[in-house]
Amino acid sequence: MAVAAPRVPPAQARETQAVARHPWLSVLRTAVRTPRGAVGLGLALLVVLVAIIGPFVAPHSPDALMTLTFAKPSGNLPLGSDFLGRDVLSRVLNGGWALLVMAAAATALGIVVGAAAGISAAYRRGRADGFIMRTVDVILAFPQLVFALLLVSVLGPRLWLIVIAVGLSHAPAVARVIRSATLDVTERDFVKVVELQGMRPAKVMAKEILPNLISPLMVEAGLRLTYSIVIMAGLSFLGFGQQPPAANWGLMINENRIGLQLNPWAVIVPAALIALLTIGTNTFTDAVARVTLGVDRRPEEAALTDDLGLGR
Amino acid sequence: MTTGSAPADAGIPPTSAAAPVRLEVADLEIRIGRSGPDVVSDISFAVPAGNVLGLVGESGSGKTTVALALLGHTRRGLRISSGEVRLDGVDLLGLGNAELRAARGARVAYVPQDPAAALNPTLRVGTQLKEALRVHPGAVDDPAGRVLEVMAEARLDTTPEMLRRYPHQLSGGQQQRVGLAMAFCCRPSLIVLDEPTTGLDVTTQRHILDTVRSLCRSYGVAAVYVSHDLAVVGGLVAEVAVMYAGRIVEIGPTAKVFGEPVHPYTRGLLAAVPSPGRAETLAGIEGQPPRPGRRGRGCSFAPRCPYVISECRSEAPEPVLIDARQVRCIRTADVRATTAARTAAVREPTGDGSSPALSVRGISALYGRTPVLSGVELDVPPEWCVAVVGESGSGKTTLARCIIGLHPNWTGEITFQGARLAPRVRDRPKDTLRRIQYIFQNPYTSLNPRKTIGQIVAQPLDELVGLPFRERSERAARALEDVSLGGDFLSRYPDQLSGGERQRVAIARALVVEPDLLICDEVTSALDVSVQAVIVEELRRLQRERHLAMLFITHNLALVRSIAQHAVVLRDGVVVESGPVAQVLEHPTDAYTARLMADVPRL
Repeated sequence: MAVAAPRVPPAQARETQAVARHPWLSVLRTAVRTPRGAVGLGLALLVVLVAIIGPFVAPHSPDALMTLTFAKPSGNLPLGSDFLGRDVLSRVLNGGWALLVMAAAATALGIVVGAAAGISAAYRRGRADGFIMRTVDVILAFPQLVFALLLVSVLGPRLWLIVIAVGLSHAPAVARVIRSATLDVTERDFVKVVELQGMRPAKVMAKEILPNLISPLMVEAGLRLTYSIVIMAGLSFLGFGQQPPAANWGLMINENRIGLQLNPWAVIVPAALIALLTIGTNTFTDAVARVTLGVDRRPEEAALTDDLGLGR
Repeated sequence: MTTGSAPADAGIPPTSAAAPVRLEVADLEIRIGRSGPDVVSDISFAVPAGNVLGLVGESGSGKTTVALALLGHTRRGLRISSGEVRLDGVDLLGLGNAELRAARGARVAYVPQDPAAALNPTLRVGTQLKEALRVHPGAVDDPAGRVLEVMAEARLDTTPEMLRRYPHQLSGGQQQRVGLAMAFCCRPSLIVLDEPTTGLDVTTQRHILDTVRSLCRSYGVAAVYVSHDLAVVGGLVAEVAVMYAGRIVEIGPTAKVFGEPVHPYTRGLLAAVPSPGRAETLAGIEGQPPRPGRRGRGCSFAPRCPYVISECRSEAPEPVLIDARQVRCIRTADVRATTAARTAAVREPTGDGSSPALSVRGISALYGRTPVLSGVELDVPPEWCVAVVGESGSGKTTLARCIIGLHPNWTGEITFQGARLAPRVRDRPKDTLRRIQYIFQNPYTSLNPRKTIGQIVAQPLDELVGLPFRERSERAARALEDVSLGGDFLSRYPDQLSGGERQRVAIARALVVEPDLLICDEVTSALDVSVQAVIVEELRRLQRERHLAMLFITHNLALVRSIAQHAVVLRDGVVVESGPVAQVLEHPTDAYTARLMADVPRL
């Protein structure tokens, strides 16, 4: 886009930047200002912070055998020990980043593949549409977790494979949503304008249609991130994710559940972190969705833009 | 306009002077939120029984806001902050919710703009009408008989088949008649009509207007008719109020207000209305009305007013009584001293017309399996403007889309500059695509909201001409200058522009590649009349300067007179008449054209 754009004097560019140049930025900014968005983002960032700086501040090595199994919390081990006598706090601090990175990668993959499929189906219509959407229907018929399990159990628990499996399992749902959003955009005249200039379909989709799908894409990304976290944690819990002795929140829940009565913190803390993360991302996504739909606008603002027809 | 009785002095025509005043609005003011700026203010008028008051103004003038307030309603975020709406002496705004609900429908009725959206698609016509009566028991004695009676009055069939129909089985005109019947069925005292004929073709519109007039007269109903179409209002109402930026700027008898307008805005509006009878240049009003909250201390019209003096900017004008109407202007003496001159449009086609730029021969087109065009013949000589006129559904847009290649399902022959055109865009050479440019009807959807104006205008240069980046930017800036938009527009986004500015951008985008033929598809129908005039004049000037051939597609016969040299009338996909504009419009040989001309509302 930068190549085709006439260069804009910096002063003027800055003025309009927040409004439309980065529409996703202004949506995020508005979403953060709503109570829902602030709480959601706060929760999610808290957990992300734990996962990112955790490895650097952990008091012990996550793999070091410190004491007896399932020891109660003490001064040296604030959250007690796990089923092998390792420090639960250190394992919690180390066990988040892999989950986050994998969930984010799977989400990105799912969004890219799903959006590409949805946009092409809606823009090309006809046979391409039929083929893509029927494939989507078939994949959607499998439960997401079962689909991921199937791939992993056939090809083995490799991390990149899990990312691909979870990512691809997101793609159909994303394709559905993006297809219907694209149908709306395709109807608009500016798409016909560039078609009349003989623009190649790939370019029409990438340069004209895609920028108008930012709102649904943001909402989808948030939603899929939440699901990715849940599925990744679930796969780890079932033993298909990172393998022991790696520290991983999902894995920790599984490993330590036999000692739930001896040291509940070894299960509760990783479970709570996963819960906070998903609640946070989901709540924030909800705030973003409300902003893009215009639900949370102040009535005065709505009156000016909708009813008086001034903000068109 | 400080007292509610003022309009009564303002000279209601003698025929209705004896009729009792039914509706009296005094000092109505509506604000945004608790303490926000006012949307409308100082609204006072009175309507006697049997009379229709026209409320005219452009989009954003507040006319619909006032109309809804007459039912005690405001849209979300707005609040009636002061004033009275007295109906038969009772202030509606003082009523409680339950009383107000009882009054709505029974004593005050509303006819919305879009009948298709206002009628419940799952209810039969008969059920829908009976429901209106059931909600207000006691409004009439015999509900079943009343339904048939009111349908006859609204000039609908009273057959059982009609009662059993669903709204989608009715034509647009019939739907609006059902809307009228619903409004009149409880015998209300006041009817508020919000642009009820917008979207209907001229013949249906005239019939609906006749019905409204006769219903109001026979019931002694007071009616308020909201419209942006001055010609429609002019033919219907005895008294008219012109609104601008939330104020009534001129109110009085229609003959006076439209015949000898005193307020500069009224004058401007009237000069912008094209006339089917005369070929004239149209004078638009540059600029746009200020939003609520951005209106200065002085007269809101001052920034756009040709008569403006410094006092206009510092003090809000009070209404003064001049020649039977109230006017909000301090310059009335000077305005009246100048006569509004209309200049005849110079419309000599410069080309010789011998070898047409575009030639359409025997085009027949299908939409699915429905034929929409059959055997259409059309020539556009170089430097001529040919208008294609027709009502909705006549196939005029399909014709344009066949020519540009968006509707490939046609047979026949289209030649452009001697070469046959392929049906599909992708089979046409880039240079042909460049030479024929198309401007879409709706500037709100034809500009990509995610691109800057500079990117939008430069884009065809990239696709069709393949210029390097620097040159594209320069030419885009020049093209914007040509349509009177400055360089600061380059970095703006479409949602920061008004409708008129957007359509200018669309024109600049079409002309930046220096085409030979410009196809304009209803390019002014989404715009206000003052903006329409500006755009039409801009197009006329550009056509002359650039030696363009132009195909101007429109449903507006009056507009044809101002811009085209040659007119082609389409009906149901067939050319019924074609010839020089003056001849087609003044001496139509086809009965359909003659009827269209007769039904066009005139000022």
